[in-house]
Amino acid sequence: MSQLSRNARAARFLVAPSVLLLLAWMTVPLAMTLYYSTVNFNLTIPGLRNFVGFENYIFFFTDPSFFAGMSNTLVLVGSTLLITVVLGTLIAVLIDSPFPGRSLVRILLISPFFIMPTVNALVWKNLLMNPVSGFFAFLSKSVGLTPIDWFTDVPMLSIIIIVSWQWLPFAILILMTAMQSLDQEQLEAARMDGAGPIAIFRHITLPHLARPLAVVVMIETIFLLSIFAEIFTTTGGGPGTQTTNLAYLIYSQALLQYDVGMASAGGIVAVVLANIVAFFLIRVVGKSLAGE
Amino acid sequence: MKLHTEKVVKLTLVTIVSWLVAALLFFPIFWMILTSFKTELNAFSSPPSLFFWPTLENYFVVFERSDYVRYAWNSVVVSFASSILAMLIGIPAAYSMAFFPTKRTQGVLLWMLSTKMLPPVGVLVPIYLLARDMSLLDTRTGLVIIYTLINLPIVVWMIYTYFKDVPKDILEACRMDGASLWQEIRHVLIPITMGGLSSTFLLSLILSWNEAFWSLNLTASQAAPLTALIASYSSPEGLFWAKLSAASTLAVAPILVFGWISQKQLVRGLTFGAVK
Repeated sequence: MSQLSRNARAARFLVAPSVLLLLAWMTVPLAMTLYYSTVNFNLTIPGLRNFVGFENYIFFFTDPSFFAGMSNTLVLVGSTLLITVVLGTLIAVLIDSPFPGRSLVRILLISPFFIMPTVNALVWKNLLMNPVSGFFAFLSKSVGLTPIDWFTDVPMLSIIIIVSWQWLPFAILILMTAMQSLDQEQLEAARMDGAGPIAIFRHITLPHLARPLAVVVMIETIFLLSIFAEIFTTTGGGPGTQTTNLAYLIYSQALLQYDVGMASAGGIVAVVLANIVAFFLIRVVGKSLAGE
Repeated sequence: MKLHTEKVVKLTLVTIVSWLVAALLFFPIFWMILTSFKTELNAFSSPPSLFFWPTLENYFVVFERSDYVRYAWNSVVVSFASSILAMLIGIPAAYSMAFFPTKRTQGVLLWMLSTKMLPPVGVLVPIYLLARDMSLLDTRTGLVIIYTLINLPIVVWMIYTYFKDVPKDILEACRMDGASLWQEIRHVLIPITMGGLSSTFLLSLILSWNEAFWSLNLTASQAAPLTALIASYSSPEGLFWAKLSAASTLAVAPILVFGWISQKQLVRGLTFGAVK
C-alpha cells in the first residue's frame, strides 16, 4: 500500500475523538434533561422520582413567571438585536474609508466585546448607573434633571443597555470586516454615474452586507437567548420578575428552588427555542460551506 | 477645486464623528480604569473627581485581601488547559475533514456547529448533578472539561477554514516523499498555518476567560475564576467601587490585549467561517 492511501486511511480516524466527545456532550445531558422533565424530582426531597408525564410542562407553562420570562426574553433579544444591528451597520460604514487614527478608533470600538460579562454588569450598575454617585446621575444633575434610578425605575432598559454595549462591538467587528470585501470599482462606477451616498448605501452596501447581517443576527440571537451573568450580577431577575428571562427563570427553579423536574421542562423549552434559530443559522453557514 | 474642499470637509466630519463614537463606546472602560486609581472616598464623590492624586492602594488591597492571585490562577489554568485540550483534539479532526473529505464531512461539520447552539440552561440540571456525583463540583477539572467541550466546535471550524486555504500540492508533494501522517502534520502543516492556529488558540482563550455561566453555577470557593470573583462584588457589603475597579481592570487587561492583537482573525471563528 502506498504512503498516500495509508495516510488517507489514518486521517479518517482523526475525526473520531471530536465526534465522540461532542456526541456524548450533546446526547447524555439532553437525554437526562428530557427524563427529569417527566418525573417529580426535588433536590430537597431525597428518593422522590415518580413519573408524572407532562405535569412539569403544564406547571411550567401555567406559572405566571413563565409568561414574564418568555416576554422578557423576547424584549431583551429583540431590542438588543435592533440596537446592535442598526448602530453596527452605521458605524461599520462610517469607519470604512481611511481617516487619521482609524486603527486606534477600531480598537476602541471593539474593546467592550472582550470585557467579561460580570465586569461589564458591575461597572455599569455601580460606576455609571448608580442613582447617587454614578456618572449618569452626575450628568443629569449638572443639567438640572433628577437622576434616574436605573435598576428600580427602568430595570429592563438598563439590562438592554448593558447587553447592547457588549454586543454592538461584535456587530461592528463582523460588519467592518465584511465591508472590506466590497467591490471598490463598483462603488467608483456608481459615483461616476452620480449616485448619492444614500442610493449607494441602499443599492450597493446593504445588499453586500445582507449575508454578514444575517449571520450577526442569528449568532447574537443564540447568545442573547442565554443571557445570564448580566442579570445574575445586577438585578437577580427583579424587581419582581421584571428582568427574569428564560435562562434566569430556569436557573432559579433548579438551583434556588431545587425543583429539578420543572427546571428541566423549562430547559427543554429553551432548547426547542434555540433550535428554531439554529435551524436557519445552519442553513446560511451550510450554503457558504457548499459555495467554496 | 470645489471637489477638493468637499472632500476635506467630508474627511474632517468622518474623523470627528468616528472619534466621538469611539470615545463614547470606550468611556465605561476608561472610567473603570480611572476609578481604580482613586481612593474609595474619591470614587464615591459627586460630582466625580477628575483631578486627583492617583493611588495604587486599591491594587495592593485587591492582591492582599481578596485573594486575587488564587482566582487569577484558576482563570489562567482553566482557560489555558481547556484551550490546549481543544486544540489537541480539534487539529486532527480539522486536518482529516479539510484534506480527506468524505460524503459525510459537510454534515459532520454542521452537526458540530449545532452542538454550539445548545443553550447552557437546557443542560444545567444534569451537568450540575453529574458534576456533583463525580465530585467535580467546584474543581478546575470540571470547568476544564466543560470549556473544552463548548469551545471544541469553534476550534475545529476555525482551523478547518485555515487548513482549507493551504494548497493541496504542498501536502501531496511531501506525501510523495514518503512522509508519515505525523511528519506531514508536524513539519509541514502546522508551520504553514501557525498564524491561523494562534488566532484560534487566542479566541478559545478569550471565550474561556470570559465564560460566566458555568463558572458561576459550578464553582464556589476552590475553583472560582475571575468572573466569579468580580460577581462577588455585587453583594451590598462588597460595594467598594475603587477596589471593584482595580480588580476588574486586572481581570480584563490581558484579554483586552489578546483581543486587540487578533481582532481580524477572530471574525472567522466567531462567524464559523461565514465572514472572512
